Amino acid sequence: MTYTTAIFYFFAAILVFAGLRVITARNPVHAALYLVLAFFTAAGLWMLLEAEFLAIVLVLVYVGAVMVLFLFVVMMLDINLDKLREGFWNYLPLAGFVSVLLVIEMTLILGGRHFGLEVMGAPGPRPADYSNTKELGRFLYTDYVYAFELAAVILLVAIVAAIALTLRRRKDSKFIDPAEQVKVKRNDRLRIIRMPAAKKPDGGEGRA
Amino acid sequence: MQGAGVDWAVIQSVAWTLVKIMAVVGPLMLAVAYLTYAERKVIGWMQVRIGPNRVGPFGLLQPIADGLKLLMKEIIIPSGANRGLFVLGPILAIAPALAAWAVIPFTDTLVLANINAGLLYVMAITSMGVYGVIIAGWASNSKYAFLGAMRSAAQIVSYEIAMGFALVGVLMAAQSLNLVDIVRGQSGGIHQWYLWPLFPLFIVYLISGVAETNRAPFDVAEGESEIVAGFHVEYSGMAFAVFFLAEYANMILVAALTTLMFLGGWLAPLPFLNDIPGLGWLLGDGMLWWLLKTAFILFLFLWFRATFPRYRYDQIMRLGWKVFIPITLVWIVLVGAMMQTPLGHLFH
Repeated sequence: MTYTTAIFYFFAAILVFAGLRVITARNPVHAALYLVLAFFTAAGLWMLLEAEFLAIVLVLVYVGAVMVLFLFVVMMLDINLDKLREGFWNYLPLAGFVSVLLVIEMTLILGGRHFGLEVMGAPGPRPADYSNTKELGRFLYTDYVYAFELAAVILLVAIVAAIALTLRRRKDSKFIDPAEQVKVKRNDRLRIIRMPAAKKPDGGEGRA
Repeated sequence: MQGAGVDWAVIQSVAWTLVKIMAVVGPLMLAVAYLTYAERKVIGWMQVRIGPNRVGPFGLLQPIADGLKLLMKEIIIPSGANRGLFVLGPILAIAPALAAWAVIPFTDTLVLANINAGLLYVMAITSMGVYGVIIAGWASNSKYAFLGAMRSAAQIVSYEIAMGFALVGVLMAAQSLNLVDIVRGQSGGIHQWYLWPLFPLFIVYLISGVAETNRAPFDVAEGESEIVAGFHVEYSGMAFAVFFLAEYANMILVAALTTLMFLGGWLAPLPFLNDIPGLGWLLGDGMLWWLLKTAFILFLFLWFRATFPRYRYDQIMRLGWKVFIPITLVWIVLVGAMMQTPLGHLFH
């Protein structure tokens, strides 16, 4: 067993364990944290496949941003897991059907002639100055530019739709307009007036 | 010995790497300790006080005394806390702060791992730092700690975007993600530093760096006046000290990154300094300039803290989302457009 294989099995074991704990952990926060571990380990596996850009972006986007917001929400919700588990047997047929479908799809792709090990062999070792990021960028903006732009537009539509669906303007909320605040000059708030100094009734000063 | 299947070459390289890691982490921890001293002294002088002056000459042994005191103290785990995660919190806070140093170059040859995706690696690793804060806040099972963690998470996620876009500008100018190449792209003197063509991005990065490290004036995560000490209110002894170490290690990291990406890293500001006979090794390109520039940025951090009152929370969010992100987006488009014109050489 080579060093790389040993690392692969180590990462794979952690990944499978973390994945199992995501669905079995009773505490939703624990489940979310196991999902973080699963993402991080998957990034390690991708690194072994020499896809360093994808691996780092997986950590950056999913671990660093998406899961943080996820945790944010899960921590604030008061989730009663026992209530969630009540419908388990009702949903089992549908879930079973979906998972069987997923397994069939995966075998079709991974076991078939087009993506098997013979066609898509393990990547050969690259020289140290080979930049995975640069190659990926070149491909995205030359060979696959239409697909890439199309995906970007679809994502943009999704973002706009999500905001449009959830945005509600509250009439009763009080807010401050910073532009108005910045525009304020001294003379808008303060008026200095000249006043004659009043004399004390008995005349003179400081003779008390 | 070969028969035992032991690969001595691998063991040797692992041991050598460990020695190099120690050579980075050791001085870093010392720098962290004396940064706390520097902070107390500098802010003391700015407020016309003396600062620590009791332990050792000029109070120089104060950080050692503080460290010893915290080491001796009991670590209290609240009875309602989630034990495992409570202990994991400080570890997750400090691990990314140290791991990011693996790719930071000190000179063009003195770097632990000179990898091509260095900039991406730093961004990915530093984005993990927020977990320490969130987990600590949640596991403490305390309202103040939880509020602090929520504030910190929202703030770090918001400012990370502006920070990332500022780095995109650097990446466009340098045409590389390799930190050594980014600094090499700035060689030729102070006018070649990316500080000038990317000035708005430099400002955005610097301020976002302060916000990312939860430093004043963006330290609402620990706002003493409302939520006592935020996410680490339940921590004591060394567990608290680890959060402290992580914050200061992160400060040094952000300062080092600013130096590398905008201030020419280890490069001397004037190229002729390399040619001074006898002193060229010291005043020329080298670690001295790296240290001076990083120390200057760190001084700015301390200066900010002594000068500005704490931001209000909605103002922090507005600054991040409505001011910084548009600035970076506009400047990236501008840099990209300028690079296609005859003036492109100004933007490298």
